[in-house]
Amino acid sequence: MSGDHQTKHATTWVGRSIRRVEDRALVHGEGCFTADLPADLHVRFVRSPVASGRLKHVTIPDTARGLVAADLTRIGRIKPMLHRPDYVAVEQPILADGVIRFVGEPIAAIIASSPAEAEDHVEATFYDIDETDPVVDVLAALAPGAPRVHDWTKHNILVEGRVDTPGFDAMFASAARIVEVDITSRRQHALPLEPRGAHADFDRRTGRITLTCSTQSPHVMRTAIAELLQLPEADLRVIAPDVGGGFGQKMMLPPEYVLIVHVARMTKRSVAWIEDRRENLIASFHARDMRVKLKAAFSADAKLIAIDADMASNVGAYSGFPITCGVEALMGMAELPGPYDVQQYRCVSRGVATNTCPMAPYRGVSRPVITFTMERMMDTAAAKFGIDPIDIRRRNLIDKFPYKSATGLTFDDATYREVMEIAVRELPLSQLRERQSEMRKHGRYLGIGFSTFSERTGYGTPAFAARGMESTPGYENVEIAMDPSGNVTARIGAFPHGQGLKTTLSQIIADEVGVSPEKINIIAGDTDQTPYGWGSFASRSLVISGGACLVGARKLKAKLVRIAAHLMKVAPEDVTLEPGFAKARSTNQSIPIPELARTAYHKAHLLYGVADAGLVEQGFYDPPGTFSNACHVAVVEVDIETGGVKVERFMVVEDAGRLINPMIVDGQIHGGVAQGIANALLEEIIYDERGNILTATLADFLPPTMSEVPRFELHHIETYSDATITEAKGIGEGGAIGAPAAVVNAISDALSPFGVAFYELPVTPQRIRAALRKAGKANS
Amino acid sequence: MKPAPFHYHAPVTVEEAVTQLARYGGDAKVLAGGQSLVPVMAFRLARPGQIVDINGIEELDYARVTDGRLHIGALARHARFHDPVEPGPLGQLLSTVVQSIAHLPIRMRGTFCGSLAHADASSEWCATAATLDAEMVLVHQTGRRVVTAADYFKGFLMTDRADDELLVEARIPLLPAGTRFGFEEFSRRAGDYALTLCLAVIRVEGGKVTEARVGVGGAEPFPRRIKEAEATLVGRAFDHAACRRAAEFAAKAVDPMNDTQADPEYRRDLVLAMVRRALEKCLA
Repeated sequence: MSGDHQTKHATTWVGRSIRRVEDRALVHGEGCFTADLPADLHVRFVRSPVASGRLKHVTIPDTARGLVAADLTRIGRIKPMLHRPDYVAVEQPILADGVIRFVGEPIAAIIASSPAEAEDHVEATFYDIDETDPVVDVLAALAPGAPRVHDWTKHNILVEGRVDTPGFDAMFASAARIVEVDITSRRQHALPLEPRGAHADFDRRTGRITLTCSTQSPHVMRTAIAELLQLPEADLRVIAPDVGGGFGQKMMLPPEYVLIVHVARMTKRSVAWIEDRRENLIASFHARDMRVKLKAAFSADAKLIAIDADMASNVGAYSGFPITCGVEALMGMAELPGPYDVQQYRCVSRGVATNTCPMAPYRGVSRPVITFTMERMMDTAAAKFGIDPIDIRRRNLIDKFPYKSATGLTFDDATYREVMEIAVRELPLSQLRERQSEMRKHGRYLGIGFSTFSERTGYGTPAFAARGMESTPGYENVEIAMDPSGNVTARIGAFPHGQGLKTTLSQIIADEVGVSPEKINIIAGDTDQTPYGWGSFASRSLVISGGACLVGARKLKAKLVRIAAHLMKVAPEDVTLEPGFAKARSTNQSIPIPELARTAYHKAHLLYGVADAGLVEQGFYDPPGTFSNACHVAVVEVDIETGGVKVERFMVVEDAGRLINPMIVDGQIHGGVAQGIANALLEEIIYDERGNILTATLADFLPPTMSEVPRFELHHIETYSDATITEAKGIGEGGAIGAPAAVVNAISDALSPFGVAFYELPVTPQRIRAALRKAGKANS
Repeated sequence: MKPAPFHYHAPVTVEEAVTQLARYGGDAKVLAGGQSLVPVMAFRLARPGQIVDINGIEELDYARVTDGRLHIGALARHARFHDPVEPGPLGQLLSTVVQSIAHLPIRMRGTFCGSLAHADASSEWCATAATLDAEMVLVHQTGRRVVTAADYFKGFLMTDRADDELLVEARIPLLPAGTRFGFEEFSRRAGDYALTLCLAVIRVEGGKVTEARVGVGGAEPFPRRIKEAEATLVGRAFDHAACRRAAEFAAKAVDPMNDTQADPEYRRDLVLAMVRRALEKCLA
């Protein structure tokens, strides 16, 4: 199957690791970020030091200018909707309005001529809060009688999904063996290199406001902010300049951005808020504070026959726009079975409010957790059956396509078994096992951990609609134009912020229209200049915006062919577009593409009745979605005396369909795996029982350095499924999805002689030592 | 993360500096490398009204041997120790220890004496000073005094230095030829403050340990020599069993701190491992 596809297109630019067009400016320090814009006024926020309470009053110093909730009565509240009977729609005020719900919640905004001066006034602002008992832990929030984060609700459950396939009970009862795992995923933070920031400027001439901000979704910001401020959407322009990473955190609407636009409107001046690292850690958005209890039923031959899951996601104090607080819980429920063939499935998955920072999707959303759950379960089951971890996966991975999952998802052509077999061969595993047993004789503990998973990517509106989202993302539009000189401009609704999308899209367009990538300009991140789109998240942009570019480029190509055929007096079928020119096969005539372009604009009379003047087309794409897949292997050495873990090797065998630019694909995997290793070993947002955050600086919240991340060994296979028109699958999240499971499987493998295994993230040295002590191996 | 307002002073002599310190007392902070002070000011955890920047006092930029001691001036940066500052075992020791201090940009700016003045529990230089019985020279407007490490470190981020005193110099006795040393630390990431570290310095003569220094940092509020561990070593043969026994004594002797990354039990585990490993490095 892949053979035909490989020869179907005579590809020129697609498939080549050309350099990223984005990088020159960035590496020369010529990028332009939100913080680079000068502003007349600067805002700093007074943030709550307590997690729960009644805000009685706020006194801003006489010498300062500021806003509190009472000043914002005409501004709406953020109220994202899911149309599900189990969804409780809570509202978030722009500034805390009488009730405090998490540490870091903004309670006043100070406006001053410099950030330092604003901070002086923040310190001098007095407020009176009657502290009440917070609820911090997700299980505590579910307990009967728990304090309610929103007092009008019956309980803290804001969303609750259920699956129960017919026949589940009978199948579960027939199991030869039940394997139970109890998983804890501790709270994560995306930690973009650039924190959030917004700059708004009022144009006295037009009355319009331009909001420049660090976001993944400029159009979504425009719609949401205009609505909350009751502004005509046409009066608000949103620009996302260079953005230093988002990973999901920046696809959500920050209340702070709404306030900044309001201040610009109110003062008719330029105003900026640049978030600092501490604010970003405590009050931006967190992720993946989850518990999963899983019971897996197996037949006697280690075939998975049914799974029963109870999942709880701590969503924090509010529900974020546009994705809502249902994102982790509902994705986790829909995709838990992963790449395994199991048709009987029961699950209850709850999103639970607590007095903690609200959640956003973070690279992989809940899939790092559900992959961790299934992969830890598989290794645990393998041990119970006394078979090899590879063997149990061989018996259970999907290998017939299309595969319809227990939750109704269609898995397109992929290579779940093959990627694992390649990893086994390339390591090679047998040699590693020998080395492992040799090292154990000398008191050294090597572990090898596998993780096989699917990554649902590039899904359009139907997938989001299935969650009942009021604002249903999914499609992308592209406006593609060739100018009279023959250069191409594509205006896209997606918004790349580090992914190299401008490069890959230009490769896709180049092959269609016979123009090399350097003559193709991709415009993104400005609502005045681009068609409405959803931005970049969910491993969607290459697939969906790429698909829209392909659709638009094909239309443009068709028009160029039609014009060329007319000018050369041949049939359109006779014309091919080659790099730089159109050629008539029968007569061997050719016309350079710039000449065709010039004709389309300046000699339109020659095309009268054949084609409209100009070369402007639109591309639209809204696909059902596609699954890429991979096998990750971590090789770690655990120091049993210190609990230190050294990741010695990390292998990824990946199938992302057609690779448009293999170098960029590798980069996505590198970044994702680094975050996944961090999730497994280092990164953790810690709250105390009063809801105080203990990891508010980079001395306490620990992203990996280059020293903690090994060299990656990558292998690719390319399965060209027909689920996308480019035959490419998404790749943005897989690294982060698979790595935590591989690392912790490896740690558990290393420590198997002590009977120590881990079902939590992250596995810190302290936790390893505690487990070893408990296992009776107190000291070396 | 912008500092509270402060006044800035840039003296060019020690006299000027201590005059400022005498005038402002506890409201003044000395700025040398700034690697700890500037971040805590940005967080407004420290809000000195007066900053006395000593970077212009050129006479304090030295590390030199006089009278059997290494004298380290207040402006000697960590990076100065990358290559041995003297040819004997002490130069080697300092050049080994400095590799564990933070990251290169920090080592280019931060100072040896600044570390001692800040007195972080996990500071490599503080542990070095404690282990090697360094002396700290403190100057005030009307005189100077010399304080030994055992009297200098007082508690978590607390030293014997008074508000009006400037730490102008640290002095470390040179180590006799043949002195062995071993340094080990455990941190979550490369360059992080250690959760626990150990510097061991051993002299062996005639098959027996004649001198043992076992300094532990990061485990307790301030670094110190662990006498119980040292006592088990001196006068006996130096082998793996001795290293293990001394480590066990050290682990029992410490009263470990508690924080999110390491509870007391875990820190005790680390003391055991770090002390044994540092000592074993002296076996070679």
